Amino acid sequence: MQEPPPRPGEKPAAAGPLDAAAQAGVTVIDWVDERTSLSGAARWMMFRKVPKGTNWFYTLGSATMFAFLNQAVTGVFLAMYYRPDASGGAYESIRYVTNDVFLGQFVRGMHKWGSSVMVILVFLHMGRTFFFGAYKYPRELNWVIGVVLLILTMVMSFTGYLLPFDQRAYWATIVGVNINGTGPLIGPYLSDFLRGGSEFGATTLSRFYAIHMLLLPGAIAALIGAHLYLVAKLGTTAPPWQKAETRSELREAEV
Amino acid sequence: MADKRAKHKSKYTLDRGIPGAFEGETVTRRRFMTGSAHTAGAIAASSFALPALAFAIGPIFKSTPHRWETVGSVNFFTDNNYVPVVITLQPGIGEAGKSTAYIRKFNPAIDTDPYDRTTPYIAISSRCAHLGCPVRWVDAAERFICPCHGGVYDLLGRRVGGPPVRPLDRFYTRVVGEDVQVGPRFSVNSELRRFSPRDPGEPLDGIGQYLYPSRPGAQKL
Repeated sequence: MQEPPPRPGEKPAAAGPLDAAAQAGVTVIDWVDERTSLSGAARWMMFRKVPKGTNWFYTLGSATMFAFLNQAVTGVFLAMYYRPDASGGAYESIRYVTNDVFLGQFVRGMHKWGSSVMVILVFLHMGRTFFFGAYKYPRELNWVIGVVLLILTMVMSFTGYLLPFDQRAYWATIVGVNINGTGPLIGPYLSDFLRGGSEFGATTLSRFYAIHMLLLPGAIAALIGAHLYLVAKLGTTAPPWQKAETRSELREAEV
Repeated sequence: MADKRAKHKSKYTLDRGIPGAFEGETVTRRRFMTGSAHTAGAIAASSFALPALAFAIGPIFKSTPHRWETVGSVNFFTDNNYVPVVITLQPGIGEAGKSTAYIRKFNPAIDTDPYDRTTPYIAISSRCAHLGCPVRWVDAAERFICPCHGGVYDLLGRRVGGPPVRPLDRFYTRVVGEDVQVGPRFSVNSELRRFSPRDPGEPLDGIGQYLYPSRPGAQKL
């Protein structure tokens, strides 16, 4: 027969320092939970019922989120070295990161290749959602948020491409800004806004830098939060080939 | 619901039986307080949001001063072939602010277009009218050729092939003493008629000039 747990405020029987040490983790979590009630939210988020037939394709969203986290973490550390200086400092700081900083080439490589990985994963995740019909009622709003996230990811790629400030970055941005300019009526204003003037200048680089590392990461993180909230609230869909369970006792099972 | 609303339709709070109401009052104090708090919040938010927004979109409306840059003496240029010169479009940022212009003396046999009569020197911008890559003058072909997407232009900068939507831009030129100077940029349509400078990819024929308005800060020479 087990001892009943102590009542709140009551000293547990024979609690030595060793017992306290063993219970340290639980104690800390209890302390926080008593003041925030976060454990309910965590349970709500993490212990959800998922439909039968859930498979590896359902991990593409998480994979995209981890690609974003990779970009965020490596980006923060790259920002410790980067200088948005159009008269040569930007290129020099990237050259320094790549050639001289310990593990600099690796961290920059993670950021550079990770950006392509993220774009690919976003599209695979979108394709999964489309082909599984997971955009339908009541999940339309989550599809809309996802499309905004796709656009923001593209803007991230576009603004980040300029930052190394080598020949490829420079000319790709010239072409990219001018493509924006080909939109009728608002195009000319849009390209002037992106450049920060009529000609490509020092402002262009600092503008792209600010958009890339201040404006968009916060927006993307917030929208990912909303995206995840709706996933947890609405639940995931079963794959389209999944047949409805006929035996009523098997329709729902606790996992 | 409709009946209930109709019953409490009086605009006076006293008639609506709201506690603490007094004669002639139409807005409850609770409502007034809520409105004031919202207004204060809106004023506080716009006091930083509006200037920040104006700050970000300000460059669209900024007018850039005309710059004239000496590119060589009058003997340096001929009237039958182009000489490439490097000019500074954006000072203060080194190589990134420079561009190439192709310059030749006005030649009445070639430059028959009425708009060019007054120009002592023809200065063609190397910025491709498709998406802004740098074109180069290929002497053997007597063509400007763009490396990015294959735009081809003739001696006068008019499109003869590829995706560009208008001829190459030009710069105003003038002679000061013995020096040739290059000034602000202007764009031309396929008849070489002059327009305020436009970005690449923006056509100027037909309704193009209205679909792609010139920037508000552009100054006429």
